[in-house]
Amino acid sequence: MIHAEGLTKVYQMGESEVRALDGASFTIEKGEMVAIMGPSGSGKSTLMSIIGCLDVPSSGQYSLDGVSVESLDESGLAEVRGRKIGFVFQQFNLLARTSALDNVMLPLTYAGVSGREREKRARAALERVGLGERTHHAPNELSGGQQQRVAIARAIVNEPTILLADEPTGALDSKTGVEIMDLFQRLHRENGQTVILVMHDAHVARHTERIIRLSDGRIVSDESNPNPIQAGAPRNDD
Amino acid sequence: MLFSENIRIALRALRANKMRSVLTILGIVIGVATVVALLAIGNGATASITSSIQSGGSNLLTISPGRQQQMGPMAGQSRQISHMYYSDYQLLERGLKTNITAIVPVYQSSYTIKFGDESFNANIVGVMEAHKDVRSFTVAEGRFVSDGDNKSQALVAVLGDTVAHDLFGDLSPLGKTLSINGIKFQVVGVLESKGASLGSPDDNVFVPIETGYKKLFGETALYNNKKTVNNILISVDDTNAMDTVSAQATYLLRRAHELKPSEEADFNVMSQADTLSTLNSVTQTLTIFLGAIAGISLLVGGIGIMNIMLVSVTERTKEIGLRKAVGATRNQILTQFLIETVTLSVLGGIIGILLGVGIALAFSVSGLINSVITADAILMAFFFALAIGVFFGLYPAMRAASLHPMVALRYE
Repeated sequence: MIHAEGLTKVYQMGESEVRALDGASFTIEKGEMVAIMGPSGSGKSTLMSIIGCLDVPSSGQYSLDGVSVESLDESGLAEVRGRKIGFVFQQFNLLARTSALDNVMLPLTYAGVSGREREKRARAALERVGLGERTHHAPNELSGGQQQRVAIARAIVNEPTILLADEPTGALDSKTGVEIMDLFQRLHRENGQTVILVMHDAHVARHTERIIRLSDGRIVSDESNPNPIQAGAPRNDD
Repeated sequence: MLFSENIRIALRALRANKMRSVLTILGIVIGVATVVALLAIGNGATASITSSIQSGGSNLLTISPGRQQQMGPMAGQSRQISHMYYSDYQLLERGLKTNITAIVPVYQSSYTIKFGDESFNANIVGVMEAHKDVRSFTVAEGRFVSDGDNKSQALVAVLGDTVAHDLFGDLSPLGKTLSINGIKFQVVGVLESKGASLGSPDDNVFVPIETGYKKLFGETALYNNKKTVNNILISVDDTNAMDTVSAQATYLLRRAHELKPSEEADFNVMSQADTLSTLNSVTQTLTIFLGAIAGISLLVGGIGIMNIMLVSVTERTKEIGLRKAVGATRNQILTQFLIETVTLSVLGGIIGILLGVGIALAFSVSGLINSVITADAILMAFFFALAIGVFFGLYPAMRAASLHPMVALRYE
């Protein structure tokens, strides 16, 4: 599914070189739910951008569904992102003054899905995240948790290979954070969705089945978590 | 991704910043409005000049002294004042036979005219009877100068409309005696006004040309002891024969002036069409010149749009990052921002066209100039606005498209 071999990313910062990633190797199978953990500066954001095809490694190999990504050009990467990756960000990154439905339809627009089909699929995705009633609300009319649900609906609307979330609970209070983690767990459990969460909070990370720890651009541990915390039954009072 | 989708995105982005959008397109609005209004007014001016020239008769050849206009570094070197003589008129009168309605000489000079306490300078034109038909004058009162007047060198004068009013006020000038340069002339006729058209007789006083030579013009009308004329007018009966008659006249005059084939002619034969094209080229130059100034304001407007779009790209860096993250390609981002700029400039163009047409109509209604609004001018202004949008939108759109998705997402 995902196979990374000796991933290295070097940034040129003026005179000096910064090794944000230094030979990371791992494999993530279809249907896994994985947390990538590490303090800030550990290289987890860089790793996330390479997994998400936002960037290419300086050296090493990275393949997604058997396709070697480092050989792709910019538009090739954009296509892979559109088809295989669903992003969720800490700050939601919804388009302002744009309805939830339009926000969710955005990836389908770029993928060239026709108007009617687009709306049908976006509504279905909003249903799945429990926002079937709020399709016409703009982000500023929604709570933080609801906004993140819209963002998650946007991430899954294309039925991506990987749902990739960067600190998805970082901007939410703990109760809402739990609800969001529950949503991820549900998507994982019910649809066999591969979920990769990038975060620094060890407690939140224990909601996953496998935790990869990064430090100074290297993988320092990669262990399974046989008894993940279950975020519990969904609540509708957000 | 559909084109209409892009327009929708663009309009949403523009609505999000209404005030800024309005201010941004103001430059284009003003530029386009100026271009449209200027062209309409310029066309109107050209049309009115054209019609005034054509009212002078399209079958008229005017022969006047002077070398053909000479371009290039040699211009102005061989310039000596040339003369045309009464004998040239006689030569043409004898030599030109076919297609001729009339040939008349004209000598004119400015003198003080006086009646009672009123006195001022007026253009005194020495003419023959046929002059009236050649120039299509209409007599309002009395009669025009006659051949008999010329034969007897009668001291009679025919007044243009303006002169008659200025000199006599509400009095009928017929039969009154006025003095031209101290010599008494009796008014026998007044011409109808031809308005402010080219060659209008309104400001002129017409006298028999023979009377003029003998009693009024004196030495100044002579050169080498020969009577000179200012113009010889030839009225041609068929407009298709204009070129033939012109060539014949040129041949006769060249021979009479003993010009070598290599020498330039010392006279000009101009038809109304020539005069028209000369004037048209002048008005055209003027219109282009004014249009260029308006074009500069369009250019400035374009730079304003580019500036705002660059700001917009910076402000929306995160949005661009997100769009790229969810699968937008470089070209899709480029198209989106380009369409946004083009939408702005086209919107400005449309408002500008409406405003420009409004200004042109205001000119027409106020009676200053009857402006002529052409589809050409409107289309040109529209496509110029469009081109400005594409040209000045390209750079900001390329900036947006080339943003690195990761860097853009992280931008704060």
